[in-house]
Amino acid sequence: MNKVDDMEVRVEDVWKSFDRGRIEVLKGVTLHVPKGGIVALCGTSGCGKSTLLNVISGLEEVDRGLVRVAGRDVVDEATRIHLLRHRIGYVFQFHHLMPDLTLEENCMVPVIAAGGRRADGLERLHDLAATTGVEHRLGQRVRELSGGERQRGALVRALMNDPELLLCDEPTGALDEKNREMVFELLLELVRARGRTLVLATHDPDLARRCDRCVRMRDGRIEGEGI
Amino acid sequence: MNLWRMVFTNLRRHRVRTAIGAAGIALGVATMLSVVGLLGGAVKMFERILQSDSEMVVFEKSVSDLFFSNVPVEVAGELEKQPFVKAARPVLFTIITAPGRPVVTCFGISAADPRLGKGEWLQGSAAGFTDHGNGVVVGERAADFLNAKAGGTIELGQSTYPVAGVVRMENGFENGGVFMPLVTCQKEFHKEGLCSVVSVALADGHESAEVKSWIESHHERLTALENEEFSRSYSQFKIMKTTAWVVGGCAFLLGGLSVTNTMILSVFGRIKELAIARVCGFSRGQVARMIFGESLLISAIGTVMGWGLSVAGLYALRAIPQLQGYIDPRIGWKEVAGALVLAVVTALAGALYPAWYAAKLKPAEALRFE
Repeated sequence: MNKVDDMEVRVEDVWKSFDRGRIEVLKGVTLHVPKGGIVALCGTSGCGKSTLLNVISGLEEVDRGLVRVAGRDVVDEATRIHLLRHRIGYVFQFHHLMPDLTLEENCMVPVIAAGGRRADGLERLHDLAATTGVEHRLGQRVRELSGGERQRGALVRALMNDPELLLCDEPTGALDEKNREMVFELLLELVRARGRTLVLATHDPDLARRCDRCVRMRDGRIEGEGI
Repeated sequence: MNLWRMVFTNLRRHRVRTAIGAAGIALGVATMLSVVGLLGGAVKMFERILQSDSEMVVFEKSVSDLFFSNVPVEVAGELEKQPFVKAARPVLFTIITAPGRPVVTCFGISAADPRLGKGEWLQGSAAGFTDHGNGVVVGERAADFLNAKAGGTIELGQSTYPVAGVVRMENGFENGGVFMPLVTCQKEFHKEGLCSVVSVALADGHESAEVKSWIESHHERLTALENEEFSRSYSQFKIMKTTAWVVGGCAFLLGGLSVTNTMILSVFGRIKELAIARVCGFSRGQVARMIFGESLLISAIGTVMGWGLSVAGLYALRAIPQLQGYIDPRIGWKEVAGALVLAVVTALAGALYPAWYAAKLKPAEALRFE
């Protein structure tokens, strides 16, 4: 594997616009995140952090430029599906769990998508749920869970297929201070313990400081590193 | 949890929506099976009238309706002389009026015809029904609405006839009709020497082909068919059966619209959920399969409900005294299989647009959707 392939995430001169080019959100963004790196994308709302995460995961197609994750160019549906099933886990600001399903049912969705064995999925679910402290809540419907539990549940769901790369878009943005701290600590702990790569969008400098690297974004461009 | 389990879970958590979708299909299935069952039953009853103790029917070629068929009665006599025929019985089908009843089915038969023997004589006896007399036998239902009693008289058409007996027939058409001696019937309808059909019972060890060949060579204006062949080819039966399937199918498709509606609501109501499923690795195909699966399950539930409803409805109708004998609910495997096929087609067609819409959703856009 050469140096480039060793990059877990490689974004080269990526441009992305909306509304038929009228709104330019990413303007020539280049970002390299090595395997095992923990990187925070910082910047004010609307600077392009979320779009960059979406581009890395393949949820948004780029206008031009190159996005490569784990040695694969994110150019088509098949690659996107492969990455989202096996290589990438995604956590949003809002948990986006299905409210009428139990936490267990929610967390098993990625296993269904990947065609995994139920027994294996359940084993992994119980392991992750025990680590994140929601094991006793697995049988509860999401609407019966607290905000912190829901977000921890979302974290479990993102990790169900043991992805190498975790993308988190303001994962603690909707939580109170106590839960924010708990969820963020848990996130770092899980990622570090398993040697995973984390790219995190946040506008919270405290959280950004605790990452290995902080990439500042402004107006669709990488402005520099550091808070 | 596999995809089907997820499908089931999705339906379970929107019970009311699922129930409404299934109810639409259930009503469609119930209507279709009821119409098909009722008309199919009517056809079967008519077939049984023709097939009384016989294997073949001889009638006039190219008639659209047996009421218009004219077969010389001598043909029955000629056939009976053939070694391959055990019995040949002429029957004249007509419609006659009675006071307060514009339509009464009338069967002109010979005294030797076995069909009266199959009934339960409630009044009078077979002795009063002779080939050259004018005593008529009235079915139980007809006796009821014509106020007929054995020993009395009834007005039929232009004449008054003595009632030789009242008989309870299993077949609704026969139970609601009047049996008249063939010759009397011919006179009443100015069809002297004619009958509508000749029912032919084959002699042991002989084939229907012998009758067909004999009819072909001796009476080119007539045709002989096995009962089953006749049922398949008789245009009135075909029209009735086709009408039943078309009417039933239309009702079914109307019910199917409720599935489309349910699935559209279902997709539009969970756009974010579908987007999350995509983020979790669901392919477009898996999303589409999930929507089709939900639609199929709704249709399957609706089909079972509709089948139950139609069976219950037909049996309830059959229990109504005024309809007894006219309704012979026949929901065979063909009808159920037809309903199932329509249910699957409706489910797939109904889910086509919702599934396409769900599959083409762009997850990032859908997550921004409010």
